[in-house]
Amino acid sequence: MSMPPRAMIAVDHVSQWFGDGAGRTTALQDVTMVIAPGEFVSLIGPSGCGKSTLLRIIGDLIAPTEGRVRVNGKSPREARLARDYGIVFQSPVLYDWRTVLRNVELPLEVMGFPRQEWAERAERMLALVGLEQFRAHYPWQLSGGMQQRVSIARALAFSPPILLMDEPFGALDELTRERMNQELLTIWAQTHNTVVFVTHSIAEAVFLSNRVVVLSPRPGRIEKIVEVALPHPRGSATRQDPRFFELVTRVRAALRVE
Amino acid sequence: MAGSPPEGRPAGRLRRGLPALGVFVLFLAGWEGIVRLLHIQFYLLPAPSEIVANLLGHASFLLGAAWYTAQEAFIGFALGCALGILVAVVSVRWRAVADTLLPYSIAANSIPIIAFAPLAIVWFGVEQGSKIAIVAMMAFFPTMVSTIRGLLSPDPASLELMRSYGATPRQIFLKLRAPAALPFVFTAFKVAASISMIGAVVGEFFGGVEHSLGVYIISQASLFHTREAWAAIILACAFGIAFYLVIVGVERLVMPWHVTLRR
Repeated sequence: MSMPPRAMIAVDHVSQWFGDGAGRTTALQDVTMVIAPGEFVSLIGPSGCGKSTLLRIIGDLIAPTEGRVRVNGKSPREARLARDYGIVFQSPVLYDWRTVLRNVELPLEVMGFPRQEWAERAERMLALVGLEQFRAHYPWQLSGGMQQRVSIARALAFSPPILLMDEPFGALDELTRERMNQELLTIWAQTHNTVVFVTHSIAEAVFLSNRVVVLSPRPGRIEKIVEVALPHPRGSATRQDPRFFELVTRVRAALRVE
Repeated sequence: MAGSPPEGRPAGRLRRGLPALGVFVLFLAGWEGIVRLLHIQFYLLPAPSEIVANLLGHASFLLGAAWYTAQEAFIGFALGCALGILVAVVSVRWRAVADTLLPYSIAANSIPIIAFAPLAIVWFGVEQGSKIAIVAMMAFFPTMVSTIRGLLSPDPASLELMRSYGATPRQIFLKLRAPAALPFVFTAFKVAASISMIGAVVGEFFGGVEHSLGVYIISQASLFHTREAWAAIILACAFGIAFYLVIVGVERLVMPWHVTLRR
């Protein structure tokens, strides 16, 4: 193994460009990083820096133009087929014709889990995100924040080791977002997933993560990696902590670097 | 508003329907009044009361004829819709088929299919077969075009979700494309249901058996038996509306989740 032994996700000299010739845009340039099992890593950067692209490469939704990714000792494709990823998109992507419970059951159905496990697993996940009493509701009967919680429950339903989150709370108002951040950490404390979290909110990135990876404007390169040594469990007191402000300032400074 | 029943409940729906019902009653009363006051000859415009009396007087013949015509509409509808869905599914599965067929389908959709009625009689006989063929053709195109649109309606994120689960094309079809297409399919069904009774009646104008609504309307109207013709027309309308309402009812049962049915 050429990779460090304790790497859950290893991104090795990955570049990505779209188009060719004069119309070619480079989204990512020579990105290398290693994410350990159980780590919570945020990707942050200005719009168009390729942070979502990097997430999508890790999740095998697109293939990198250059370089290589290893996930759990496998290629991203193998990892995807081995059900290693739960993905949470910016929009909840719930299926309108399914109730909340049946939406959470969707991956279990597709992946061929035994039928008798569906409801039990899905209800456990709904309890985890605090929506057990909404099991029979349809998605449109829920608020945006609740819909996104359903989508998190769905991503966790098949117990994937890795959670990929692409600006999951970007569409929520500030208060709801802070509450969702808190809940996500509570869930993470129970599930111990490896989390890759794309955001453009500095406070969110610092509050949630073990490490914040700052990407430069297009083409995206790793500008700086900020270690967040704030103690767990984190809560509203964390947001008042001078170290929290200091870390936010460091990430902000890294984002402004030319 | 406090105290008012929410829309969608039976009482609320009844209340919403009241103005329409009132207009209908006023319209009938006005019609009846004008015919009587102006002494309009019955062959120009019979009064509603006369039409109803005629309808009741010939009820058993008329219902039999309407049922005969309605059979053509139902069977033609079922065949046309089934074929439309089948072609749509095949086209979406093999995009080359869709790219080849769709331009022709859209062009064919603008052909006045009723113009083929005389030829349909040559091909499928003067009885129900020719009318079923016409109705099926009329139902086929809107169903196919809508179903294709519906099957292609899921957004990229919904498809990526399935991809992230390693779903097979069959699973993507059954769990995503097909349910997403349902609202489109039912919209097409409603259009097709409305035109299928029209298609059957008009198809009969070009030739059919005596105990069918279309032939009855044509023959009675040519004798200036307008009360008879009107009675048959009203029965054709009633069957057409009933057919439409059946589709609406099935739609509510099959997809109570849909946006247009939400309370």
